[in-house]
Amino acid sequence: MLSKLLTSALIAGAAAGLIAALLQLVFVQPVLLHAELYEGGERTHFAAASDHHHGEEPDPEAAPADHDHAAAGHDAPGIGFEAGRDGLSILFSMLVYAGYGLLLVALMALTENRGHRIAPREGLLWGLAGFIGVQLAPAFGLAPELPGMAAADIGARALWWVATVVLTCAALWLIAFGNGWGAWALAIVMALAPHLVGAPHPAEFTGPTPPELAAQFAGRALGAGLVAWTLLGLFAASLWSRARSA
Amino acid sequence: MATLTRSAGADTVSAANIAVVALLGAVLIFVAGLAQSETLHDAAHDVRHATGFPCH
Repeated sequence: MLSKLLTSALIAGAAAGLIAALLQLVFVQPVLLHAELYEGGERTHFAAASDHHHGEEPDPEAAPADHDHAAAGHDAPGIGFEAGRDGLSILFSMLVYAGYGLLLVALMALTENRGHRIAPREGLLWGLAGFIGVQLAPAFGLAPELPGMAAADIGARALWWVATVVLTCAALWLIAFGNGWGAWALAIVMALAPHLVGAPHPAEFTGPTPPELAAQFAGRALGAGLVAWTLLGLFAASLWSRARSA
Repeated sequence: MATLTRSAGADTVSAANIAVVALLGAVLIFVAGLAQSETLHDAAHDVRHATGFPCH
């Protein structure tokens, strides 16, 4: 049974992650690259486009010669494929969604043990709930960030992010499968708590990123996430319901 | 709650299997999305931003 769980989750996650990566590269990446020009007046990540020396200081000589014009908005990056950088994005997108897929299938199996049966099309709802729990709820406090945006300490934000995801997903599960008013009341408290406490924000917002870009980035990141998550739910429920009855 | 039947047989997935799958998923998400190692951060940079993880 373990191998059926793992293969269903990993195939669903890899497929959804690949779709998420393609949506990212076409719709989200151009906004991100544009914002990087403002982060330090030049491209700061992967500045030497397709070499494989990640994690080193960017070479100022490798910055585009016309970055002043680009930063002024005359030369927004378009759709283009940088093998090293975008290849890593595809790989890590598939890894992240494989992780989501494993947790989703584990929760589906746990729920089925309690007497529910999950049909393939119900997977769409599971995916939608996953999107709300993992992307929309954290974004309510910490909008998807562009590089260069002013932000609070990374440790505090990561802690708030994890707490929000866990509490929201647990709340959604209680709303869907809990019994009675007690469970629903607890779910409401759990879903509201991280936002009443509030996400960590910097004392003042001083980032160089234009708000127009930041708004477009947040909208596109959430939109791409919604598509990828609903498909992840559909794939996971379809593969798992077929595998377990095989 | 305490009266969950434990004899459902082949149709029930064991708690141990569920825990293994969930743990593996959590580890993958931590490594790809949250770990602050310099190399991991740089490699996963764009995906972390695009999927709403707190990045740097």
